[in-house]
Amino acid sequence: MSLERPDTTDDAAIERTPDELEALLGDLVVARDDHLNAPGFVIRPDTVQETLRTLKQQAGYDHLSVVSAQEYENRYESIYHLKKYDDPTQEVSVVVPADKDDPVSETAEPVFRTADWHEREAYDLIGVEYEGHPDLRRILLPETWQGHPLSMDYDKDRPQIATLPEHANPLEDHHRDEESDTMFLNIGPHHPATHGVLHLKTVLDGEQVIDVEPDIGYLHRSEEQMAQSGTYRHQIMPYPDRWDYISAGLLNEWAYARAAEDLADIEVPEYAQVIRTMGAEMCRIAAHMLALATFALDINGDFTATFMYAINDRERVQNLLEDLTGQRLMFNYFRLGGVVWDLPEDREAFFSNTRDFLDQLPESVEEYHNLITSNEIFQMRTIDTGILPPEVAKNYGATGPVARGSGVDYDLRRDDPYGYYDELDWDVATEDGCDNFSRLLVRMREVEESAKIIEQCVDLLEDWPEDERNIQANVPRTLRPDDDAEIYRAVEGAKGELGIYIRSDGTDEPARFKIRSPCFSNLQTLPEMANGEYIPDVIAALGSLDVVLGEVDR
Amino acid sequence: MSSDQPFITDESQVVTETRDARMTGQGDRFNSRLREAFGSSPFILTKFDKFLNWCRGSSMFMLQFGIACCSIEMMHTYAVKHDLDRFGSGVPRASPRQADVMIVPGTIVSKFAPRMKRVYDQMPEPKFVVGMGSCTISGGPFQEGYNVIKGAEEVVPIDIHVPGCPPRPEALVYGVVKLQERVANGEAAPVTVKPYELEQFSNLERDELVDKLTDQIDDDELVMRYNFADSP
Repeated sequence: MSLERPDTTDDAAIERTPDELEALLGDLVVARDDHLNAPGFVIRPDTVQETLRTLKQQAGYDHLSVVSAQEYENRYESIYHLKKYDDPTQEVSVVVPADKDDPVSETAEPVFRTADWHEREAYDLIGVEYEGHPDLRRILLPETWQGHPLSMDYDKDRPQIATLPEHANPLEDHHRDEESDTMFLNIGPHHPATHGVLHLKTVLDGEQVIDVEPDIGYLHRSEEQMAQSGTYRHQIMPYPDRWDYISAGLLNEWAYARAAEDLADIEVPEYAQVIRTMGAEMCRIAAHMLALATFALDINGDFTATFMYAINDRERVQNLLEDLTGQRLMFNYFRLGGVVWDLPEDREAFFSNTRDFLDQLPESVEEYHNLITSNEIFQMRTIDTGILPPEVAKNYGATGPVARGSGVDYDLRRDDPYGYYDELDWDVATEDGCDNFSRLLVRMREVEESAKIIEQCVDLLEDWPEDERNIQANVPRTLRPDDDAEIYRAVEGAKGELGIYIRSDGTDEPARFKIRSPCFSNLQTLPEMANGEYIPDVIAALGSLDVVLGEVDR
Repeated sequence: MSSDQPFITDESQVVTETRDARMTGQGDRFNSRLREAFGSSPFILTKFDKFLNWCRGSSMFMLQFGIACCSIEMMHTYAVKHDLDRFGSGVPRASPRQADVMIVPGTIVSKFAPRMKRVYDQMPEPKFVVGMGSCTISGGPFQEGYNVIKGAEEVVPIDIHVPGCPPRPEALVYGVVKLQERVANGEAAPVTVKPYELEQFSNLERDELVDKLTDQIDDDELVMRYNFADSP
């Protein structure tokens, strides 16, 4: 790692009021631009590093959630959304305006390693240039793309050219580099172990990986543009299902619902919150089952049996979700202010099906432990490979099972409660191993915790008085949040912190809609885990990260 | 047929005994109606093409090719419960060199289209494509996206479209079985116009965009040019 660990002072954990923070930053702050979720400090574009370093080292803001950039009529703007791993309810936004004609702003990469990719994305889509950035080039679009698609003067109809670079056969003699004796190897974008369309550019020395660079953007479906051209009330909700499409639909929908509900000040009825919580946890089980299934496949082809077992369990959850929402994969079940319909009739059958599923789950989990975690081959492949120390994980903004597998006790369901989670009895699963094995164990334990949550929700729903089953708040047909309101809200998705930044402009469509994808940040840690290891360990590390390319590229 | 008479010279006796042995005592499993119709003759007279088509349709090797959301339902189609292998087409091959059928399960974006075209080109003839989901028909929910190819048919020819977002596994099974039927009947894929082809950069028509990129792209590099204004 290129960074020395900044020595945070002891009073880092103390919560400070916005005014105290302003006093701490002193002359760095040129104006205030508060967001609905956090105080916002406007700073000059050449003091980004100084500001962020002060906030990180002296105020303890050690988690750079996301960098969101946007273009206004008269300026460009990058916003650094900071949080604390210890207490994510303490947030602060650093707003960096940049010149309209020459949008240059200082990079934050030396302070937060995770800013590397986030700033590349902002450069790619918006066109803000980050001075001092180690590698500022396009990340999602082809290198030869013309224009920045989310900037204001972009013409969608202009022709574009994408290249298909030919790489010589790495085994040919003349392709080998005489001096360094290294070999270049492409993995993907069409490869069974990359979980979709990921491209890994690896440089090998013998069989050892000396450098791996994930190349993403093969599934960049312009999700942010789609959301920006949809209305809050109905047209955006179907898209979140398609970010993290491994059945994590309801978790994603919740991310949008939470941000938009807080933006428009909508109160969700308690009954709907319980249904949401139950559905979301079913999705988490389905998502973790697939993570387990494909991870086992990556480790050893003989684990095809595990894959079939896990898919079988997924089918069971999907049946329940289909009963609840009417869909197998793309649920579109949440609405702003609640859910679209009540539990299916007949309720008793739904409850008993759910209970049947929960009853057999411990047995299945036991079976997975017998099949994989206690399997010696599996242990040899995963224990002490793909090491991700907690400090590195934090520096890269890793969240979810990846961070929890490195002992970072960070779960938004508990730390920044939403839904019905804080009323229920469950635990956050963490492991201290920091390796591929720990990340799998975290997922398996989370499945059990999710089952606990679902069980409590079912108990609550069964006893809910019939005349208080309010599934939707009263929400106007057309939502027009206040002009220039800004909000960043996150939920705990299957892969980690899934956040949405929305800026409204007084119309019924968002002016800027930015998705903070957990996989995007998690995938960035891959070189840290893989460099110096063998090729099979890279595959194992990638499998344990459990990335979904739909969410990485959006 | 008895083993103590290994050399029987009476031909009629051979025929009867063979037939009897085949038609009795083996149970229904081997004694199909087809077998009865053939009688003792172990030969079928058919056209070679017809036979080959039947073979092709009955054993299809899929390309293991996941792109987006639909690939999750595709995995479910291959796995337990839906089990596409029941229809003789459930063996996903990781290499395009071993595959007959490519299921295109997801949205094609500008960066991926040349790679998909390359994978398609690497498959041996005859090859077939099943377009899975709305994205491969028109771009689906992402049709308006600045980066999205409006249908896989802009890049590769498609034999069967399975609509849905995503289609249920049952729908995909139906689509694949329909394709098998078509193949077995020797029906050809419809001729499609593919607007986007892989080309050498030097073969592109010179215009403002090409001029701008000349110092970034080598002359012999393969490129795909998207004319988004002409897209549906």
